[in-house]
Amino acid sequence: MGSIANAFSSSIGKKLIMGLTGLFLISFLVVHCFLNAFVFFDKTGALFNEGAHFMATNWIIRAMEVVLMAGLLLHIVQGLRLTFQNQAARPVKYAYNDGNANSKWYSRSMGLLGTLLLMFLIVHLSDFWIVSRFTGIEHFNGSTPADLNGHEDMFAVMKAKFSEPWRVGLYVLAMISLAYHLLHGFASAFQTMGWNHKKYTPIIKATGVWFSIIISLLFAAMPVAIYFGWGL
Amino acid sequence: MSTGNMNLTLKVWRQKNSKDSGKMVDYKVSEISPDMSFLEMFDVLNEDLITKGDDPIVFDHDCREGICGMCSMFINGRPHGPKDAVTTCQLHMRSFKDGDTIVVEPWRAKAFPVIKDLTVDRSAFDRVIAAGGFISVNTGNAQDANALPIPKAQADAAFEAAACIGCGACVATCKNASAMLFVSAKISQLALLPQGQPERYKRVQNMVAQMDAEGFGNCTNTGACEAECPKGISLENIARMNRDFVTAKFVSEEEG
Repeated sequence: MGSIANAFSSSIGKKLIMGLTGLFLISFLVVHCFLNAFVFFDKTGALFNEGAHFMATNWIIRAMEVVLMAGLLLHIVQGLRLTFQNQAARPVKYAYNDGNANSKWYSRSMGLLGTLLLMFLIVHLSDFWIVSRFTGIEHFNGSTPADLNGHEDMFAVMKAKFSEPWRVGLYVLAMISLAYHLLHGFASAFQTMGWNHKKYTPIIKATGVWFSIIISLLFAAMPVAIYFGWGL
Repeated sequence: MSTGNMNLTLKVWRQKNSKDSGKMVDYKVSEISPDMSFLEMFDVLNEDLITKGDDPIVFDHDCREGICGMCSMFINGRPHGPKDAVTTCQLHMRSFKDGDTIVVEPWRAKAFPVIKDLTVDRSAFDRVIAAGGFISVNTGNAQDANALPIPKAQADAAFEAAACIGCGACVATCKNASAMLFVSAKISQLALLPQGQPERYKRVQNMVAQMDAEGFGNCTNTGACEAECPKGISLENIARMNRDFVTAKFVSEEEG
C-alpha cells in the first residue's frame, strides 16, 4: 500500500497507463501528420524526402522512436489485458442490453477499434517503416534508391504503394477506426487522470472531437490524393 | 399515454439458486393498471403464480419509494427500466403500452452473483464500504452544526455524492461491470467534507483495493453509469477519486 509500484497494478493505475500512453501516442500522431502534409506542399516529393531523411537520421528522433515503440506496446498489451479483464467481470451476458440508450457505441468498442488499428499498423509498418529501416529502399520494386538531393526516395515508395486500390481502401478504413478511437480516447484520458471540471471538460471534449476528425481526415487525404493524382 | 388496463408479455429470468444455470421464461399478465408500479405488476404476477401452485419470482424490494436501493431489475436492456432518474419501484406501468413484451433480468456481474431469479448478492458493496467508507470519531454530544465552515459548493457536491443509494445500477449497466461510480460517490461524500480528511488517502487506497478484489471491471469512461443512475451521481466523482488515488499513491505518506 501507499507506493507507486503497486499503484499501477490497481484498476485506476492500469487506466492511468492507458490514458498517459494514449496521450503520448496522440502527440506522435501530430508529428506524423505534420510530416505527411509535406506531400501537399511539394509535388516533386523532395520536401517529403527531406522530412523522412531528418526523421531517419536525427538521433533525438531515433531515441524517441524506441520510446514510441515502448509506449505503443504498453498501450496495446495493457489495452488487451483490460479488455479481457472487463469481459471476465460479466461472465453471464444480458439477453437484452440496450447499450445505445446510455452510451456511444465507439466508447464501448475501444478494444475492437484498437485491434483494427493494430492490424492496420502491422500492414503500415511493413509498408514503410520496415522498408526504410531494415530491408532497405533499394530492394523495393527496383525503384531509384535516392532522390535528386541524395535522400532515399520514400516519396517514390509511397506513390507505388498508394497506386494499389486495396491499400488505399484499407488506409481509409483504418483512419475511420482511428477517428472513432480518438473520439472517445482523447477526452477519456483526461477524465482518467482526474481532470473533470465544469468549465474545462466541455472544452476538452470539443477539442477531442475536432482533433479526431481533422487528424483522421488529414491522414486519409494522403493515400486518397496520391491514388487519384489530386494536386500531385 | 394509455388510460385503459394493459395486457403484457413478460420474459423473466428464472434461476433456482446460484448453482442453477437459469433461463428466460415467458409470462402473460392481464388487466394491469397503468397506475401500478413495476413492482406491483410483479406482485400481481406472483399472486397468479402462487394461485397456480407455481414458484413465485423472487425479486429484491424494500421501501418502494426510491430511497433504499433494494430494487434491482434490468428492464428492457436498462437498469430500473426506460425512465431516467427513477428506481424500479418508481417506474409505473404507464411507461409501457398495451401488448408490450418486457424483458426482465437480474443485475449481471461476476461480483453480483445471482441468489435466486432476479435477486443478486450485492454484499460486495458492503465490503467496499467496510474497507474505508466511514469516518472514525468518538461518540458523544453532536458538535455545533456550524463549528466547521464548509463552502456552499463543497457542501452541495458532498450532498449530491451522498445521494447514492448503492443499488448497483451503475455496475449493472456498465459494459465492464465496473463499480467506479458507486465507490467514487462513497469516497467523495467524505473527501469533500472536513470530517473526512484524516482518513482521506488511506480510505481511497483501501476502498479501491477492495473494489478490485471483488472482481468488478475497470472503468472505460463510457458514461453509461451516470446516465442510468437513479440518483444522478456525476462522473466528476470518478475523476475526484482518480485524483485522490494518484495523490495517495504518489504524494501522500498515508499507508492504505
